[in-house]
Amino acid sequence: MIEVKNLNYAYNNGPPVFQNFNWTVAQGETWAVLGPSGCGKSTLLYLLAGLLFPGRGEVRIHGQILARPRPRTGLILQEYGLLPWGTVRQNIELGLRIRNFYGPDGKHAPLAHQQQDQPTPADVDDWLARLGLAKLADKYPDQLSGGQRQRTAIARTLVLRPDLLLMDEPFSSLDAPTRESLQNLTLELCQEQRLTLVIVTHAIEEAACLGRKILLLSQPPNTTPPATTLDNPNAGQLGYRQTTEYFELCRSLRSQMEPP
Amino acid sequence: MKQRDLIYAVVALLAIWHLAALVVNRPILPAPLTVAQVFVSEMYKGDLVGHFLVSLWRVLAGVAISVGTAAPLGVMLGQSKRLSSIFSPLIYLLYPIPKVVFVPVVLLFLGIGDLPKIVIIFLILFFQILVLVRDQAASLRPELLMSVSSLGAGRRALFRYVYLPASLPAILTALRQSVGTAVAVLYIAELFATQRGLGYYIYLSGSTLFDYPAMYAGVMTMSLLGLGLYFTVDWLEKRLCKWQFVS
Repeated sequence: MIEVKNLNYAYNNGPPVFQNFNWTVAQGETWAVLGPSGCGKSTLLYLLAGLLFPGRGEVRIHGQILARPRPRTGLILQEYGLLPWGTVRQNIELGLRIRNFYGPDGKHAPLAHQQQDQPTPADVDDWLARLGLAKLADKYPDQLSGGQRQRTAIARTLVLRPDLLLMDEPFSSLDAPTRESLQNLTLELCQEQRLTLVIVTHAIEEAACLGRKILLLSQPPNTTPPATTLDNPNAGQLGYRQTTEYFELCRSLRSQMEPP
Repeated sequence: MKQRDLIYAVVALLAIWHLAALVVNRPILPAPLTVAQVFVSEMYKGDLVGHFLVSLWRVLAGVAISVGTAAPLGVMLGQSKRLSSIFSPLIYLLYPIPKVVFVPVVLLFLGIGDLPKIVIIFLILFFQILVLVRDQAASLRPELLMSVSSLGAGRRALFRYVYLPASLPAILTALRQSVGTAVAVLYIAELFATQRGLGYYIYLSGSTLFDYPAMYAGVMTMSLLGLGLYFTVDWLEKRLCKWQFVS
């Protein structure tokens, strides 16, 4: 689904963040991209989102080179992604409004024939209910807890029926129980909606419990090799967080992340 | 602020005025009741309403033109660091100049009629709105812009769904801050080259006709104009920017 080929990227003639970097993600996979601050993991996500563009090399999704954000890619950021002047409902409706604003032009919104099951305003109510936000529909983001805000952001993204979900440290400012419940929700939704997931995180535990595959980035420039990928096939299964396999993986990731 | 407290304040101000009129005891300070009587009769029999409407029209036209031009420009400058760096020095120099000093110049160039008055109000409001909207647009978090872009928004939709609602509070704050000044400068502008408007009415009643109660009725009407505009902005803010009043 995602093909990154010979990717080169640098900010404003700075040192390269990616150099001849290659990576492939198949449909339905759940990937965690793990690395220390400044390793370029968020940059990679924005490149996949079509918000940044490679200097050389290419990023393809479903075979198409990205020239702009793709209508069926959903992006969820750590914070501040909600309109402060919109209620929960208005925020969830935002994507639909933007699609109506442009019409099915194939650029900002999918062409009518490309997506048979077009999202409808009724879906907003379904998502409000599904994520437990129905009672908060008329509240503004300032009146919500961090977890409720992130649920709103998730609903806003999923109401557009994406096939690819990109998340940038979405749960790092939440308290532990809320974080865990939203991590579980994310896995559940990915399975239910058959989403491909790429989640960027600096938290080893989060990568280990969410990513069935893990991409480990290091200090830039990132090249392949040596950027490593790990398999973690049991991630997301009930009780996985209590298994020795999980603890072993966390320990191994930690030792790989620590500078030699 | 409670409505009841406002009423108390009005009563207190009227009482002070009344006492002052008793103490001064000269025609140049009539008591509020006398002024109120003249105010009502000037409204019905005189042309106070006409003068009021002319002044109101001038202010509203100035507000409309300044919001219509300064808000989009402010958004453009706030969005683009390059544009902003080109125009910032210019704005930095022009913004602090008290626009009232341009009254004679504008009157010389634009002559009689409504246009010079509207232009003066426009000048006062324009820079205030421009600067506040620019700063507001520039302070929008990149995370917000990116996540709305990822929902499919291009330039036009970002303007409609992000920049426009984000600049509303800035526009209203600018209006709140400067609508009083605009009315004050309108008064000065209406002293020249016109026979309509509250400024002219006040000047004529006080300095030519020596009809002090009528002059005070004009002062009261102009105060009401300023207050009314201020309250309108307040009301609009509570209606359009509800999110700023929740916690």
